[in-house]
Amino acid sequence: MSVDWALAAAVAPGIADLLIEVGAVLFALGLLGGLARRYGLSPVPLYLLTGLALGEGSAVSLDASTGFLFVGAEIGLILLLLTLGLEFSADEFASVLRHHLPSGFVDLLLNATPGAVAGWLLLDSWTGALVMAGVTWVSSSGIVARVLRDLDRLSNRETPSVLAILVLEDIAMAVYLPLVAVLVAGGGIAQVVIAVSASVTAVLAVLVGSRHFGDRLSHRLAQAEDEQVLLRVFGITLVVAGLTTLLDASAAVGAFLVGLALTGQAAERSRALLSPLRDVFAAVFFVSFGLSIDPSTLPPVLLGAAVLAAVTLLTKVITGWYAAGREGAGPRGRMRAGLVLTARGEFAVVIAGLAVASGLDGAGPLTAAYVLILAVTSPVLARFADDVARPFMPKPAGA
Amino acid sequence: MDVIETLLPGVGRRYEFTTSDGHRLCVVSTRDDHYTVSTYDSDDPDVGRTLFRLDEDEAVTMAEILGAPRIAVKLADLSREVPGLASEQIEIAAGSRYEGKTLGDTQARTRTGSSVVALVRDDQVIASPLPAQDLESGDVLVVIGTSEGIAKIRTLLGAL
Repeated sequence: MSVDWALAAAVAPGIADLLIEVGAVLFALGLLGGLARRYGLSPVPLYLLTGLALGEGSAVSLDASTGFLFVGAEIGLILLLLTLGLEFSADEFASVLRHHLPSGFVDLLLNATPGAVAGWLLLDSWTGALVMAGVTWVSSSGIVARVLRDLDRLSNRETPSVLAILVLEDIAMAVYLPLVAVLVAGGGIAQVVIAVSASVTAVLAVLVGSRHFGDRLSHRLAQAEDEQVLLRVFGITLVVAGLTTLLDASAAVGAFLVGLALTGQAAERSRALLSPLRDVFAAVFFVSFGLSIDPSTLPPVLLGAAVLAAVTLLTKVITGWYAAGREGAGPRGRMRAGLVLTARGEFAVVIAGLAVASGLDGAGPLTAAYVLILAVTSPVLARFADDVARPFMPKPAGA
Repeated sequence: MDVIETLLPGVGRRYEFTTSDGHRLCVVSTRDDHYTVSTYDSDDPDVGRTLFRLDEDEAVTMAEILGAPRIAVKLADLSREVPGLASEQIEIAAGSRYEGKTLGDTQARTRTGSSVVALVRDDQVIASPLPAQDLESGDVLVVIGTSEGIAKIRTLLGAL
């Protein structure tokens, strides 16, 4: 084996360093992720912390792997959005729109507003307000879905309303992300209108198209071998993501559209095949986001992030309370719905990452601190929802 | 009985119904074909308490156990709903001419106009048996047709 290493090092200096660095980081993330799971927590905050620890001013430097981590993070973002798109079918979306639209509006109104105010006050710009509005608005579908399974709540009365809110938020991202991408890059009203209407058209076209042609596409893919399905879906996604980047929309939106376009069996197989790949690159994405933040910028924003976290924790609880109430759940169910929704995670980071990439640096530390607080506290709070709900219970008769 | 079906976006579907003794049962089927059967708490009626989980194979087995005997009953119900259509169960008696022969050999459809829609052997139901299906004594054929046709098929199969 030592011969191979020597050869590699001789052929391409830096390759050995890169392999060792990337390998060590991924291995460390694997250990940390295991630790997080043992305590029923999301690994996302630990990935962010790892990135922060390895960033500026740390003892270990990741010089050799910077290029790889940059590209890997972009692929991670694309895969996160692709697998998100794969989760939905047009039918599910239609059904959610029919029954849960009011919950979606309450969610937007209550949770985007505090973020917008904080962004305006702390980042001092309209784009900052828009970015932070997205950060506080969108719950982490990854964390919430996981907590619902872990706590065995899938058959609970309040659960469909919780999942519906996640669906509405995620679909709204198809409009919100290009909006942010254009505005943060300094685009005017005309460009915003074009970008948003183009992506709305694309989403509708894909949803309608997949309803009509999805079966045929699905059938085609179902006949191919695993390896081919993986390569085709991954390849197409990268091409579409690249094209949407050329059009100045976010690569994330293109990937999301590909995910939406695949339905039924094709979606199911792609989900199964791409999830491991997504897990690797999404971890790289979160670490890279941490790396892009100078740890010394964190302490000044900590108080602001904590206040924002407290306020938006409350507003999410009210959102869940309202949404579960529409399903006829009792006080405890409504509190469970509210608390499980409070988790913010991958999407907040995606939005802030977009902002940081376009030069809105202030959004990075604020979001990182905010996500670190809520991604850790929220799953814990969700576990104790029934105790939190106790004061809201009607007094038993005769007490 | 009313089964309430609820979509769980990104997860699967949930089916709920209330049994005659007042228990509310809930089956969650996830996209990877796993099933969770739960009942609701009396303390907090919104909480589903998991009774058991089934993977794909176990769910099929469970469905066979619960579903098989029901098919014949359902068919009988069906024939009751269509005027002029009757359904009957005819046993292949020991020593019947068709014992050890195939269903196709009886030419039941051509000769009587009635259809054999299922074959019950012990506790197993073979729905829509093919002409190549072998017949044993003790098999019960579920036939559908006009009452005349059924009378004919009974004579045909009863022939020694």
